Amino acid sequence: MPAQLPYEYKYLRAKKKFPHVWCPGCGIGIVMGSIIRAVDALGWNKNDIVLVSGIGCTSRMPVYFDFNTLHTMHGRALAFATGVKLANPGLKVIAVMGDGDALAIGGNHIIHSARRNIEITSIIVNNYNYGMTGGQHSPTTPIDMITATSPYGMIEPGFDTCRLLDAAGAVFVARGTVYHVIELDGLIRQAMEKKGLSVVEVMSPCPTNYGRANRLGGAVEMMKGLRDGSVNAAQAAKLSPEELKGRIVRGVLADREAPEYTELYADLCRRAREKASEVDE
Amino acid sequence: MRVPWGETRLVQGNEAIALGALASGVNFFAGYPITPSTEVAEMLARSLPQGDGAFIQMEDEIASVSAVMGASLAGARAMTATSGPGFSLMQEGIGFGCMAEIPFVLVDVMRAGPSTGLPTQVAQGDVMQARWGTHGDHPAIVLCPASVRECFDLTVRAFNLSETFRTPVILLSDEVVGHMRERVTFPKCEEVAVIERPVPETPTEWYEHYHPTPSNVSPMATYGSGYRFHVTGLTHDRQGFPTRRRDEVDEKLARLKAKITRRLDELVEIRTHDVEKSSVVIFAYGSVYRSALAAQVQLAKKNKRVGVFRPVTLWPFPDMETKELLDDKDVVIVPELNQGQLIHEIERLTSDSVRVIPVQRVDGYELTPEEIVSAAMEVM
Repeated sequence: MPAQLPYEYKYLRAKKKFPHVWCPGCGIGIVMGSIIRAVDALGWNKNDIVLVSGIGCTSRMPVYFDFNTLHTMHGRALAFATGVKLANPGLKVIAVMGDGDALAIGGNHIIHSARRNIEITSIIVNNYNYGMTGGQHSPTTPIDMITATSPYGMIEPGFDTCRLLDAAGAVFVARGTVYHVIELDGLIRQAMEKKGLSVVEVMSPCPTNYGRANRLGGAVEMMKGLRDGSVNAAQAAKLSPEELKGRIVRGVLADREAPEYTELYADLCRRAREKASEVDE
Repeated sequence: MRVPWGETRLVQGNEAIALGALASGVNFFAGYPITPSTEVAEMLARSLPQGDGAFIQMEDEIASVSAVMGASLAGARAMTATSGPGFSLMQEGIGFGCMAEIPFVLVDVMRAGPSTGLPTQVAQGDVMQARWGTHGDHPAIVLCPASVRECFDLTVRAFNLSETFRTPVILLSDEVVGHMRERVTFPKCEEVAVIERPVPETPTEWYEHYHPTPSNVSPMATYGSGYRFHVTGLTHDRQGFPTRRRDEVDEKLARLKAKITRRLDELVEIRTHDVEKSSVVIFAYGSVYRSALAAQVQLAKKNKRVGVFRPVTLWPFPDMETKELLDDKDVVIVPELNQGQLIHEIERLTSDSVRVIPVQRVDGYELTPEEIVSAAMEVM
């Protein structure tokens, strides 16, 4: 080990929990790095951060972080996170989820969290399949793709995560990839700074399952696929719908202001107290 | 809305649960509307914000129980309330709460099932679900009120037990008790003991979220307190990190069991009326207990003496008390609003010489004292 550890170690349960569970070539560790750099850039205190997850590969992330960490039930990260945030609005709450966790079993919670606009930074790592259970199709698997449960090709259309959550009312929606790391650091930082429910969808390779089933090559080829198959929002604006087809659009896709839930709730409490004291008089 | 300390009022059962929660210092409620439990949520929606407590109506019951556990980990005294279908949806959450040792109170006001059943008529169909509803294996604490005043008292007790034992506690009411109105004289504030969650005093670097103690319950830090810890539904070690080491797995699961089974004297509560002097005893709980008491009076008028045995704590089941008090009886009559649930516990705990007679009803109506009387008359 080097004498001077990289600063990331400050945020990790480095001595206790490593090595991690992820396969070689998985992108989830890169997302971890981005979260650490965003937290460090913002100067957040580790004691104030609660990192919540559901079940799946991405949801194994919290155990490696030296924050307050909560690895919950499949799909329920945002419901637990809502309880944490509402009980103590001073805490900085981050939820990390995979595509299946956030959008299939947790689909109800994510649209209602977005509608409610409670301040939780929601990071969805999208690798197009359920990695932990061996590569079954998820709500983001593109048409015709092969997975363990779509051996003849996927016939259901996938969700566009960002359009879905934009429509549901999330005040900040962005998409990045684990290839464009500097950009991802910035998107996650912006999401963390945002008052309200923010979403960052991170496109990430799963060479072990999805990549192998569809002969997309190894980790390097899949990373190149993210590089070549994506455009940023400014570039995308210049392209026709035909040219955009099949391409991942990166960058900030929605950013607006709306009252945040715990602030509205604090205001509601003030009104309820006034009403109660009127009754007493 | 405030707790009417020391006053006498006409109060509904569900209302008394809300008041008991307020008396216990509840400051977080998450729930989803379902009859016949909704009054609890409605009353807390009005009163919690007045004291800076949090009330939130979630998108479903799974979200509700999850939010309650998140809040509890952040230091709140948290609860939810539901009925049959919602109780089914909450089962995974209850299991998570037991495994991760998160205190909260869950009120299930039972209605007739299965499925949507008879909304919303009375039943006692969730007795076994309250014990065995989650996957995996762990003990449960379940309390069962039979009057409006008990709705208040047992809610206070449920909160105290959940914080003391660091586990979910289920208050298993039923539609009749929940919607019944009775004149209640509330205790004075100083008469109600509120037990706070034991918090750690160890330096943060030594803290173990699941430290073994003589009571098998370790003091619990909360998020934001400076103790950073991990919580997971995976089987975990003393610090809360996932483990598959057999010694650590065994220690964890044995402790989960022992923390309940080694402290039965603090948990088990029964009421008996004339049991020792009678050779025929009615075993009843919840709203049916009220019919059993009325039946006892009617039988006395016919010069027939019967006893009444009632578990207040349904789980852990009063095994010792049942053996001690019922094993020498000729007949135990077990009226229940289901097709036979706790009757099997009586059969398990009594000898073959004891005749155990069911009186069951599942049509959504209350068991009347007369039905119990006629069952008794047949054997007396």
